[in-house]
Amino acid sequence: MGERVGLEVSLAVSEAVKLARADVIAAYPITPQTHIVEELSQMVADGDLDAEYVMVESEHSAMSACCGAAAVGARTFTATASQGLALMHEVLFIASGLRLPVVMAVANRALSAPISIWGDQSDVMSERDSGWIQLFAETGQEALDLTIQAFKIAEDRRVLLPAEVNIDGFTLSHVVEPIVIPGQEEVDSFLPPYEPQVILDPEKPVTMGPVGFPELYTEIKKQQNEALLGSYEVILEVWDRFAESFGRKYRPVEHYRTEDAEILINMAGAMSGTARIAVDMMRETGKKVGLIRTRLWRPYPFDEIRNAVKGAKAVAVVDRALSFGGQGGPMCSELRSALYPLAEKPVVTSYIAGLGGRDITVENFQTIVEDTGDVLANGPREEYKMIGVRE
Amino acid sequence: MAETPGDLFLPRLLPPQEFFAEGNRGCQGCGAALVMRQVLKAAGPDTIVCNATGCMEIISSPYPETAWRIPWIHVAFENAAAVAAGVESGIKVLRRKGRYHDRRINVVAVAGDGGTADIGLQALSGALERYHDFTYVCYDNEAYMNTGIQRSSSTPYGASTTTSPSGRESIGQKTQKKNLPMIVAAHEIPYLATACPSFPLDLMDKARRAFQTVGPTYLHILAPCPTGWRHASDLAIEMGRLAVETGAFPLYEVVDGKLKLSMKMETRKPIIDYLKPQGRFRHLKEDDIKEIQRRVDENYEKLLRRAELDEGG
Repeated sequence: MGERVGLEVSLAVSEAVKLARADVIAAYPITPQTHIVEELSQMVADGDLDAEYVMVESEHSAMSACCGAAAVGARTFTATASQGLALMHEVLFIASGLRLPVVMAVANRALSAPISIWGDQSDVMSERDSGWIQLFAETGQEALDLTIQAFKIAEDRRVLLPAEVNIDGFTLSHVVEPIVIPGQEEVDSFLPPYEPQVILDPEKPVTMGPVGFPELYTEIKKQQNEALLGSYEVILEVWDRFAESFGRKYRPVEHYRTEDAEILINMAGAMSGTARIAVDMMRETGKKVGLIRTRLWRPYPFDEIRNAVKGAKAVAVVDRALSFGGQGGPMCSELRSALYPLAEKPVVTSYIAGLGGRDITVENFQTIVEDTGDVLANGPREEYKMIGVRE
Repeated sequence: MAETPGDLFLPRLLPPQEFFAEGNRGCQGCGAALVMRQVLKAAGPDTIVCNATGCMEIISSPYPETAWRIPWIHVAFENAAAVAAGVESGIKVLRRKGRYHDRRINVVAVAGDGGTADIGLQALSGALERYHDFTYVCYDNEAYMNTGIQRSSSTPYGASTTTSPSGRESIGQKTQKKNLPMIVAAHEIPYLATACPSFPLDLMDKARRAFQTVGPTYLHILAPCPTGWRHASDLAIEMGRLAVETGAFPLYEVVDGKLKLSMKMETRKPIIDYLKPQGRFRHLKEDDIKEIQRRVDENYEKLLRRAELDEGG
């Protein structure tokens, strides 16, 4: 088994990329992701990782270079955040459309303006529909594990889609946690070298990225969507295999004290740690509160979510992103839609918290649960509430 | 037409294989299609093309058809150089790990003047500076032809386009054609050249040299466009010739920082010979043409002086 060490989570992601033996890393510096790629460039400089590190001149070029490298069969990685992810926007859709299994870590950060280097999940939510597999980590261990798993999922021939591991900027990326670093041999046997199906090869010329006329475009997009939906089974398979090899179990939705819970809190990412403490405290006072954490965001785990809320009276969804002029929280909208067809469904309340690095406290979660209790007693009010706003 | 010795021998000097297939959807008389044909003849089969969005991509890849007999990838508009950088880096590391062919592969980025001088300039500059082993080919048809003849920064002074139209208050394009080859030269790459498919042997020699050079190389190739320049489609070759012979598009190489003119022309054809057959210049008045002649002469003299200086050094 691996070694348990105290490690900054960013560096754990770099360690995962090294253990995965990535061939090409193309990246551009942006806070709070920089530690990941700094560490990777040091690994390459020291000869600890045999990879080409391409110091591109923008995130747009980072993703473009990843596409080129993946197209010749290289295992590729990049990391970014916020404006960097937004600059990649165009190429994200192309990476998934071309079915290139690029893996990316996103140290989630708020979007400008005003410019903010601090954490929230607006960046990834703006790329929700880019066709990538999207995972959220709560802990450093998870960040490392998901990164290794992401390569295996993305490169599976039934999938062949890019995958993204989200870690909250600073509140996860920059904290030091006890993390088990798996052994290289174990990782090698879990994740053998990428065996691409189609590559740019003069011996067997192919045309990649042609023009799609209206007669074919819809069919190609349907096929792509089926691959993303179909990746769900592969993800479960990979997680089973991972549990066998490394002993750590993963599933699309994480449950915490959900048995007999009347009010469930749902969220993604590092704030779940704080929410757990809040749940424990409320449980001590006799409140029947539980937590469901969304780990797999794309493909969305509809059935898991529907099963997870069975028996609950209310679900309070906490988003670290705001969909302007819409329903408020993107994660809440998704959950609401997933529950809508059910004959018996809980009340769903939506909360926005933690924008641009604002702390999300235990008290915030208590307020959220109390407010949801109030909605249960007195009926619905506004579409969503912003928590911790100074007015 | 009577056969000259050139007509007889020229075809035998060229590689017979066509890697850019006939039957593509290019307009009649498309200069850019000739650029691709000639560049790929020089490149041979061990070549990967990374194509920017634009005419060449649109006319060559209407799925499920393709004009490419070599591996080809199109990702987006502004990033052909970045994609090529990824391809080159991928091949390099995979070769080191024994997972790709050992023989030399020409990694070629292809983009039009818009994809190079405007939206793709940053990615190009980055890839040149990082010194990737690749060749960037800009086929310069002097406007955004694919979207309907809008001006680019490579459109010459006085040309009328759909977004720099001539009118009562305007000569058309008011700015000077961006000197992209010299911007590229400032990156101090080992080899760059300008070329034109009207001079196929010169073009292919330069392309071969670019492919054989290790490190980043650049070919800036004028691609006459009957649709956008508004001349008869059988005049494309002639327009290319005139562009060169009037000095409007001089042919030269910059090898390890030294500029060498491919054809030194002490006397040149008057610029009006080049402008007159083209609809995009039809509105120009005598004084405008004089001004263009003055600019062409000035630029050419500057080039001559630079070439003399580099030769002397």
